[in-house]
Amino acid sequence: MTARTLAEKVWDQHVVRRIAGEPDLLYIDLHLVHEVTSPQAFEGLRLAKRTVRRPDLTLATMDHNVPTTAATPADDISQKQMEAMARNASEFGVRLYPMGAPEQGIVHVISPQLGLTEPGMTIVCGDSHTSTHGAFGAIAFGIGTSDVEHVLATQTLWADRPGTMAVIVEGDLPHGVWAKDVILGIIARIGVSGGVGRIIEYRGSAIHALSMEGRMTVCNMSIEAGARAGMIAPDDTTFAYVEKRRHAPKGADWQRALDEWRALPTDDGARFDREVRIDASELRPYVSWGTNPSQTVTIDGHVPDPDSLEPTQREAAGRALRYMDLRAGTAIRDIAVDTVFLGSCTNARIEDLRVAGDIVRGRKVMSGVRALVVPGSMLVKAQAEREGLDRVFRDAGFEWRDAGCSMCLGMNPDILGPGERCASTSNRNFEGRQGPGGRTHLVSPAVAAATAIAGHFALPEDL
Amino acid sequence: MRAVRRVTGRALPLGRADVDTDQIIPAHWLKRVERTGYGAGLFEAWRRDPAFVMNDPRYADASILIAGANFGSGSSREHAIWALEEAGFRAVIAPRLADIFRANCLKSGLVPVEIEAEAVANLLRLVERDPRAEITVDVERRSVEAPGVRASFALDDHARTRLIQGLDDIAVTLAHADEITTFESSRAAWLPSIRD
Ligand code: SF4
Repeated sequence: MTARTLAEKVWDQHVVRRIAGEPDLLYIDLHLVHEVTSPQAFEGLRLAKRTVRRPDLTLATMDHNVPTTAATPADDISQKQMEAMARNASEFGVRLYPMGAPEQGIVHVISPQLGLTEPGMTIVCGDSHTSTHGAFGAIAFGIGTSDVEHVLATQTLWADRPGTMAVIVEGDLPHGVWAKDVILGIIARIGVSGGVGRIIEYRGSAIHALSMEGRMTVCNMSIEAGARAGMIAPDDTTFAYVEKRRHAPKGADWQRALDEWRALPTDDGARFDREVRIDASELRPYVSWGTNPSQTVTIDGHVPDPDSLEPTQREAAGRALRYMDLRAGTAIRDIAVDTVFLGSCTNARIEDLRVAGDIVRGRKVMSGVRALVVPGSMLVKAQAEREGLDRVFRDAGFEWRDAGCSMCLGMNPDILGPGERCASTSNRNFEGRQGPGGRTHLVSPAVAAATAIAGHFALPEDL
Repeated sequence: MRAVRRVTGRALPLGRADVDTDQIIPAHWLKRVERTGYGAGLFEAWRRDPAFVMNDPRYADASILIAGANFGSGSSREHAIWALEEAGFRAVIAPRLADIFRANCLKSGLVPVEIEAEAVANLLRLVERDPRAEITVDVERRSVEAPGVRASFALDDHARTRLIQGLDDIAVTLAHADEITTFESSRAAWLPSIRD
């Protein structure tokens, strides 16, 4: 048998039908559904008198539209989308965790928490950050509404087998460098189209030293590197996270599952289409200055002069600086913010909240700065409250919200005003992503927390 | 998906080139949660102009749209197809259709017909002179026929069979339902299920 990569093994295990020259028909182990990209898919089923083939492999929640505080209710259209989700779930027999349910939250946060995301699976969702689940050694990617309908009806998808790519991060991460900095560092290196058409496998000692939360942060932003998906081979850290969760295999099944999972990692001698090596010791805390996630500098750095960049990047950089209202040469630490957003499927898990909580404990948010903590799920929120983190954040002057996508995208009541500048733990800094005219700087939870206290970009040591 | 072997009917001579998806169906229609109800949004902005060809009662029951080059450019929204179908169109003829628009046509059974610019111009002239002129788009023979006009268009065998048999992507896959069931019977029993 030829040596294969992790991605190739998982893919091959799920091929229902393969004809040379055509896409593979791939079986889908888990289909995650949310309120924004599913209504027409369900309507399509209804019009064609079709059913959901495997409701037992389909889970729905509400996350994109939900308000995260009773003070700002959803608008009419959002309300209608949520009602449609509820109607569709009950009509087609799909389990739904709606607003108000203890399990509700961002789709990519709740599935791993419930033990539904496991090694070796295929997982899809009508959302590009489905790549998050690759942290467990699953193949997970986003799909459009037509394909959502296709998976609902058939539990399969026609797809071309992506290419392979290894991003190898070896060594120890310096103090104060987190998973978010690892992925921002990788994107800075390979660019926003560095992974196009491929599944990236993140490898190396620095990757396997990360917690599952950290690995999810890395895989989450694979899409920002242009990749179809991101993956990390399952290891003891993975197994320890999955074990005993609600939907994890139990008893003798657990042993059977472990035996299969241990065979998943890439074989010695397997070849990747592309390999990139990164020395972990060279990574630093990053802050994005522009309007795409590769436009970053270290926190010790300065806003770049577009003329100092590669010729192909100059025009975009100039445009980004105008949009961001930044001047070349400004020290990153001298940039003041209006808002700090700690949330999203990139960085709103319990570990993220613990790291940020430790930094703000006993301190106060700089006056004039609006600071929000939006836990990734209601289960994360409950866990944080058991640990007293809600008090820590509230005492420091943060708002403590209910779970949802919130300010990650300008679709629900949590938005930036025009011209407002935000330190955000989310994943996209596109123009207007957090609200029309809003200016987003992507950072780790540690930098976000320190920035909220300082009022400008800062490291915890600066406080 | 509706099976379509042949479309015979009157045509709407739109003619314009570079009609993008925002003109076909403006973005605010995308907030709807339904798959139907987009017909009224078709060419919404242009229809406010009483002189717009679609407001001419002589073309009221057209089932074929004749457009200029690059029809359907812009976003990948499938709503553009849904709007055209609900307004009664079964085929779109143009010198060239935007790629994603053409692919979306095949997903829902709207016949995408790309023929030479000269033939399109002849069809436009014919229909403008005589709104009751009948045009036939024959999927099986991959041809367009009208009084004084004959043209053929490209359509690969796979797409042609699917149109004639009314098979959408899902129908094609469901033809392999046995293989899916066989695959399912070999899946490990411990794989997670929401029902547990
Ligand atoms: S948190 Fe942001 S990136 Fe994640 S699913 Fe929600 S909107 Fe998408």
